[in-house]
Amino acid sequence: MYLYDDFDKTLVDERVNEFRDQVKRRLSGELTEEEFKSLRLMNGVYLQLHAYMLRIAIPYGTLSSEQMRMLAHVARRYDRNYGHFTTRQNIQFNWIKLDELPDAMADLASVKMHAMQTSGNCIRNITTDQWAGVAPDEIEDARVWGEILRQWSTLHPEFSFLPRKFKIAITAASHDRAAVKVHDIGLRLHKNGAGEAGFEVMVGGGLGRTAFIGKTIRPFLPKRDLLSYVEAILRVYNQFGRRDNIYKARIKILVHEIGAEAFGREVEAEWEKIKDGALALDPKAIAEIASRFRYPDYERLADEPAELKAGLAADARFDTWFKNSVWRHKVPGYAIVTLSLKPEGGPPGDATAEQMDAIADLADRYSANEIRVGHEQNLVLPHVRQRDLPELWRALDSIGVATPNVNLVSDIISCPGLDYCALANTRSIPVAQELTRRFRDLDLARGLGRLHINISGCINACGHHHVGHIGILGVEKNGEEYFQLTIGGRADEKAEVGALLGPAVPYDDVVDTVEDIVAAYLELRERPDELFIDTVKRIGVEPFQERVYATR
Amino acid sequence: MPLVKGGRIVEDSYQRVLDDAPVPDRIPVIVPAARLLADADDLARRGGVTGVLWPNDRRIAELAPHLHKLALVALVFPKFKDGRAYSQARQLREQYGWRGELRATGEILRDQFMFLERAGFDSFEVKKEADAEAFVEATRRFSVFYQPTGDGRATALRARLARASSATPIAREREQVR
Repeated sequence: MYLYDDFDKTLVDERVNEFRDQVKRRLSGELTEEEFKSLRLMNGVYLQLHAYMLRIAIPYGTLSSEQMRMLAHVARRYDRNYGHFTTRQNIQFNWIKLDELPDAMADLASVKMHAMQTSGNCIRNITTDQWAGVAPDEIEDARVWGEILRQWSTLHPEFSFLPRKFKIAITAASHDRAAVKVHDIGLRLHKNGAGEAGFEVMVGGGLGRTAFIGKTIRPFLPKRDLLSYVEAILRVYNQFGRRDNIYKARIKILVHEIGAEAFGREVEAEWEKIKDGALALDPKAIAEIASRFRYPDYERLADEPAELKAGLAADARFDTWFKNSVWRHKVPGYAIVTLSLKPEGGPPGDATAEQMDAIADLADRYSANEIRVGHEQNLVLPHVRQRDLPELWRALDSIGVATPNVNLVSDIISCPGLDYCALANTRSIPVAQELTRRFRDLDLARGLGRLHINISGCINACGHHHVGHIGILGVEKNGEEYFQLTIGGRADEKAEVGALLGPAVPYDDVVDTVEDIVAAYLELRERPDELFIDTVKRIGVEPFQERVYATR
Repeated sequence: MPLVKGGRIVEDSYQRVLDDAPVPDRIPVIVPAARLLADADDLARRGGVTGVLWPNDRRIAELAPHLHKLALVALVFPKFKDGRAYSQARQLREQYGWRGELRATGEILRDQFMFLERAGFDSFEVKKEADAEAFVEATRRFSVFYQPTGDGRATALRARLARASSATPIAREREQVR
């Protein structure tokens, strides 16, 4: 947990007051909708198909139980009793009235939450590994750097009117759970030959209509230089990023057009001028931020306690869930528990107010008041005593967040699609829902192993379809909903953009087609433990194409 | 278009001169970039001071050799959303040591005032009268700043470190669980 002090709190309150004034000026007509648009966007407010949508930041995916209860309150008081967790560690409410927005934001501010820079052409919410601080494979807690960057980027006077949105993600683990290679800036904290920790800096990754994997412009950047280096990158982008065409305005296009090397040279030249200035981070400054991350008082416990063993022996359903949704923790006797927000037939990432309240209570009882949100649109209880797992599971199961499908075929990432979004070409939630029904057999799903399906209802790629093992992209053809399928994409440390499988299929065929892809994989895999993604890597797209399109 | 300087609406003492128009002798003028680059020395020999209107797609490095001949640099925000001149302003102030007037022109609304001030601007051609009148209020809206810029405001981080060095138990108590 990170402790906000009075500085952080004051700034959030001041921002609420500013936004209240902006809404007032819009409602009185003093601001045109065009002028208001970029102001509201900078505070997370979109105008969607049916209503205003509010996107709230969950910096580096960490929530307290108190904050979760406030999200439940917002869902109940200002929305239709539910919220949608997104792929960027945010939560969205879809039915908020403009004149109530300032009140909703004031309520959120009372628990130090805000919607600052969750949209608009500015530096967005900084994201990281949802297991940061507890993952056995990390070198340190990446959230400290998330917080340092959050503060630096909040209301940045120079970078609030960029050519386009700007996303930064950080990982400090050997396995990348933050998809850093598909961000505008990806940071990988690692150790150099001398055992010193620093950052690999990648730029120009991103999805959207043109997908790119980030390119490394600096293999090792000392910690002290993180802010000055990132500021140099942003300054180059702010001045030279394209502003003539919204579809070519992301940093990835600039990096692609002038080349990563030339871009890197511009950055280094700018950085030379500022690296020893006020942004240099001395160890005291880093320690100050780090000191405000608090960890539970872990008990001295042993792994695999008797209570856990007894529970596993007694109940096969618990055993199944345990094998699927529970991971090893840094501290012996503890576990990391993933809560699946992908029940059969449900919209991926949605939670009701009642679920949020219940999860907050469970976090209080079992997870040191802390909850995490991951980019796969699931929640995490990060500090669970292993001996409490049987009890916790029963509670999670009773509120519908214990579907043992984490990382399996029905753990689908999906954007809201045409059911809400003004940009969408097609629906995506109903496709996801139908897929979860089609793959409801969890024994089959386990037999398939890790398989990520990602769905976007338009080319903007909010559902990260390019990096799904199976990617589904909604397109419009003569007024009809069609879907392009890609295979072989991945978002982790071996990030790759998926390859197009063949011609787009109509709405009614898309779920069948996915089923055919899965059937082809079962036929083509070398061994039962060869994952889908590895089969595609080994044999390429064609064998899948042949099988899937043979009868189409 | 009202001009705000020192927090107040003031008369603009400068006259704009187009590319090929004759430059009046004793009056402060603002000339376009091309004119400055062509006639820098002639302009400097006049009786009145000179300012330049520098576009947002030209590097400040090109302007740097002429800064000593100028009293004012005006940067341009063709659209509210186009933020290139914020970077130019910070480079001018923080890297080239520009101490003269730095004017924001174009589509300037009250919601930019604080950002503009923090980037180093000290005069503002404001689009709407009501915004110009609200200048002081708009720039005092925030009291906490996270980033160091050339404006010298103390950042939250530095203020925390200063406080920590004189920390009392009460100060620690004031921290609130997020």
